[in-house]
Amino acid sequence: MNFFTLLVAVLVSAVFVNNFILVQFLGICPFLGVSKKTSSAFGMGMAVTVVMVLATLVTYPLYQFVLVPLNIAYLEIIFFIFVIAALVQMLEKILQKFIPSLYSTMGIYLPLITTNCAILGVAELVIDEAQMLKALGIASMNLGVALLYAVFAGLGFTLAIVIMSGLREKMDKLRLPKAIAGAPITMIAACFMAMAFYVFTLI
Amino acid sequence: MNKYAKISINGLVWNNPTFKLMLGMCATLALTTTAVNGIGMGLTVTVILLLSNVLISLLRKAIPSSVRIPAYVVIIATLVTIVRMVLFKYLPDLYDAMGVFLPLIVVNCIILGRAEAFASKNPVLDSAVDGLATGLGFTLALTTMGIIRELLGKGSLFGIQIMNFSIGFFSSSAGAFFVYGICIMLFTQISESIQLSRKEKQGRELRKNLLNQEVQA
Repeated sequence: MNFFTLLVAVLVSAVFVNNFILVQFLGICPFLGVSKKTSSAFGMGMAVTVVMVLATLVTYPLYQFVLVPLNIAYLEIIFFIFVIAALVQMLEKILQKFIPSLYSTMGIYLPLITTNCAILGVAELVIDEAQMLKALGIASMNLGVALLYAVFAGLGFTLAIVIMSGLREKMDKLRLPKAIAGAPITMIAACFMAMAFYVFTLI
Repeated sequence: MNKYAKISINGLVWNNPTFKLMLGMCATLALTTTAVNGIGMGLTVTVILLLSNVLISLLRKAIPSSVRIPAYVVIIATLVTIVRMVLFKYLPDLYDAMGVFLPLIVVNCIILGRAEAFASKNPVLDSAVDGLATGLGFTLALTTMGIIRELLGKGSLFGIQIMNFSIGFFSSSAGAFFVYGICIMLFTQISESIQLSRKEKQGRELRKNLLNQEVQA
């Protein structure tokens, strides 16, 4: 399988068919918490994508080349959560020191990302080899595919959260009954988005 | 007794983690396709929450406050690892149904939230009651949603077929968002109206007392 086919397979699978938010329900907290404004939603999406790729870059080799040979694969949860927490902390410090402009737009979301299920979710999903091979329809799994999956999972997350923020900006201007204003109407908007994405699972 | 009853009713109803605080939404939406999955996830979280609350409450004077969050995360991650092994051995069906959401209990906001807000400040017994009540509140919410979605989406209840028609929408991911939205709406409406009527009752009693005092004077 050449690179282009792989790219398309991963893109369709991670962004549309298995969209992290709307189909797999990973990262619902930021999806509802940080989707009031389009600009902040985009910032959150980008921050999640970056951390996702970096986390996969560390956790996938850690699992394959350290935990499995040492027969301590069952400790993966403890290792992964620590790697992610340390990574986020480091990224925050590096951005603060070297790219202050990016820090001011992205930095506020970084502490929230440690406890974001989407990051730990992608780290856990890519090590489940059988599941991944079935979802992507490929023969073997390696770090490159894992990273590609992380990139597109992050982009799928960004897509969903940006669409949601657009909807919420419009909804803020409406006069809604008190009972459904706030969380319930957001859930119902998410329901219609999920229905739209459901079409992709029929591919 | 009164104190424990108050903690319990707070965790179960007034501060229900799913419908009021809206924590742990990923698991709520993903694992309510059937009532059995809802109960399984709810009870797993309850066990971990109870143990983590007890452990953190016992260690609350030993953990320095500057490193408390990493310490809590280690405790919770260890508990999740143990529970995962137990489920893998004894309840393989539930283990498969929960999939990636089992390790993700580590980053479930409910557990870290209760550790930070309650167990780090209160004695062991109170924390245990709080953990149990909050966990059961979560289980109750998940089971309710599971029953609704299974009944409408599959026409069955706890795996037993009872209706000969079904609406596939409720089993899909869109149905999860829909049912959750409706449940939050109903819960907020009902709990607000109960609290309002309680306040009115208190106000009436206060007025009656004042009136009595005036009459006596």
